[in-house]
Amino acid sequence: MPFFEAINVTKQFGDFTVLDNVSISVPKQSIYGLLGPNGAGKTTLIRIINQIMGPDRGELYLNGHKLSQQDIASIGYLPEERGLYKKMKVGEQVLYLARLKGLSRSEAMSRIKLWFKRLEITGWWDKKVEELSKGMQQKVQFISTVLHEPKLLIFDEPFSGFDPVNANIIKNEILYLRDKGATIILSTHNMASVEELCDNITLINRSKSILEGKVSDIREQWSAKEYEIIIEGTKKIEENEHYTIISQSSSDSKTKVKLRANDGASINDILGKIIPIGEIISVNPTVPSMNDIFIRVVNESR
Amino acid sequence: MNKISIIIAREYNVRVRKKSFIIMTILTPILMALLIILPTYLTMRGDTDLKKIAVIENGSDLFTGTIKNSNEAEFVYLDDVDLNTLKNSFEEAGYYGILYIDPAVVSTPNAVQLISKKQPPIGLINYINTSLKNEIERQKLLAYDIENLDRILKEINTSVSVQTIRIDKEGDTRQTSTGVAMAIAYIGGLLMYMLVFMFGSMVMRGVIEEKTSRIVEVIISSVKPIQLMMGKIIGIALVGLTQFMIWILLTIGFVGIAKNMIIGKTEGAVAISAVQESRDFMSAASSAQAIPEARATEELSEFMDLFNTAMNQDWGLIIFSFLFYFITGYLLYASLFAAIGSAVDNETETQQFMLPITIPILLGLIVAMGTMTNPESQLSFWFSMIPLTSPIVMMARIPFDVPAWQLAVSMLVMAITIVGVIWMAAKIYRTGILMYGKKISWREMWKWLKYKR
Repeated sequence: MPFFEAINVTKQFGDFTVLDNVSISVPKQSIYGLLGPNGAGKTTLIRIINQIMGPDRGELYLNGHKLSQQDIASIGYLPEERGLYKKMKVGEQVLYLARLKGLSRSEAMSRIKLWFKRLEITGWWDKKVEELSKGMQQKVQFISTVLHEPKLLIFDEPFSGFDPVNANIIKNEILYLRDKGATIILSTHNMASVEELCDNITLINRSKSILEGKVSDIREQWSAKEYEIIIEGTKKIEENEHYTIISQSSSDSKTKVKLRANDGASINDILGKIIPIGEIISVNPTVPSMNDIFIRVVNESR
Repeated sequence: MNKISIIIAREYNVRVRKKSFIIMTILTPILMALLIILPTYLTMRGDTDLKKIAVIENGSDLFTGTIKNSNEAEFVYLDDVDLNTLKNSFEEAGYYGILYIDPAVVSTPNAVQLISKKQPPIGLINYINTSLKNEIERQKLLAYDIENLDRILKEINTSVSVQTIRIDKEGDTRQTSTGVAMAIAYIGGLLMYMLVFMFGSMVMRGVIEEKTSRIVEVIISSVKPIQLMMGKIIGIALVGLTQFMIWILLTIGFVGIAKNMIIGKTEGAVAISAVQESRDFMSAASSAQAIPEARATEELSEFMDLFNTAMNQDWGLIIFSFLFYFITGYLLYASLFAAIGSAVDNETETQQFMLPITIPILLGLIVAMGTMTNPESQLSFWFSMIPLTSPIVMMARIPFDVPAWQLAVSMLVMAITIVGVIWMAAKIYRTGILMYGKKISWREMWKWLKYKR
């Protein structure tokens, strides 16, 4: 049974449809990637999960029961548009946000101390937020998102604003939280981190879900059909019934061609067409990056 | 709700601990105290600067000794001095000016001249006028050769001051004063205007701060937008009440201390200066020769009268209405301000939305001022029913006795309106706080009202 489920969620602002029958299903203790170009409707879906907005149609389930206001305490949300009160002291601020999530003062205090130690920011308690760098502020925000130990965590672009070192720290913290039992929804444009972290994804484009599934399945599905072939000599390779050319280029009297097998075509069919053109130097099946898949799927759906 | 109280506490603590709040809270009463003390202080300083005035009569001694020395001027009666010579040398001789009296003054009022280098104070001129007038009247009466003239004069010396008595339905009479009612109306209306505007715009700035710092989305994932909005509105109301209370206490304190420090030393001078200030009102009632102490007592009793009529006002009703209209008026405007704050990206953008809010408040203030001269007018009636203006206008009407049904209707309309306005403001607010980088129009806001959550 999935830990979190959204079924056929539809949301309109006036005449504009932001989400059109979008469903996601997040297994327990997994990381779920929510992908899509800007303005696709990801943030709206996330806001609906956080009950900042209500859906026009569709249902949401958390751990088997219908999502309700009580669940706010078991959800942690790091929005893309995030900030802190600039004039407030770091410690007081985190304490305030924790108490709004329903933690008692003493409980919040002891957890804050643990997390401040963990992320090595113990000395910041009395600093004002405006004295911190952007990356430092992000750390504070991360702590206030996870402090109440939510069972469902939603990170919207969690790595933006971090340098590579700190981004890596945060990445490891996300994995640590998952291992401790949290279920995580991750919305990001950073496809490398999707490949690294996510178990499942949904790709939303123009309010519709256009691709979803396990990351490994998706990559395999797309890789089974793609090859990079290098042949001797500067040649022009034409498309035919067996394959579609993705790209080709020539340099150092070698020609490199990326192609995709058409339905029903085997690698032997393809090579049968290539061999007469020139001597084959190498043939490699390519595993497309999530980046490639993202771009291709979005462009195809136009 | 527990979460609302956490929000209220933060909004309150953050503002109360600000340096600007502490400075404002302490400085304002000092300024107020100065405003009250300074005029008195300056009058007293004027007193120490005694003006010596040479009195010259044109060949008679009719008025010698007529004008008594006061605490701001000393009159020196000179004989056998040529006016033209003195004109050139009076300053060197230590005189402030020359009072030249022609005996023709008995029939020609402007036969008296006060020659000086500086513009003489109005009090001095009034003093001289009154003294001479009384003396001339006395002389004229003397010419009739009436027996016991002085006694008769004392007897006919009369003073009239209309006492207004209002009879209420139960037939109880009450001494009232239109002046006092006006003062209460004025203070009530103005205070309402200031408080509502000051703390309403504080709410707006708070909302804009949360929006521009982008913390708002974090918070509304924990609480409902309306909880955040109401928490802020209530928190700031408490800040306002705190500041207001401190102001009142400190002002009373400072005035007391300052009075003791400056005035206490020269208590006698105060009584006399008080008499001087009241000369304009009193000149008809008492002769220039009257002893200052008697006047001071009169002054005191007049003050006591004023105080008593002020106490005769229905203070229970006034305070109840003030609290009611302050809370409701503030809620009304603060929610409008919050809605506007949520719709804009920074404070400069608020201009276009502020105008429709400022106009009713100003209109209310203007009508309230008119209300003081004519409390029963149609205009005042309607403006005290319309919720946007009723807090100010009704406060101005209450000291003049408002029929109970009118008050009830006004309060009822207000209460209903508030529920509606808060509901509308909350709808605009929850959409507005998540909108960035978009120029918002009134039409856009109207659309937000129809969005589902």
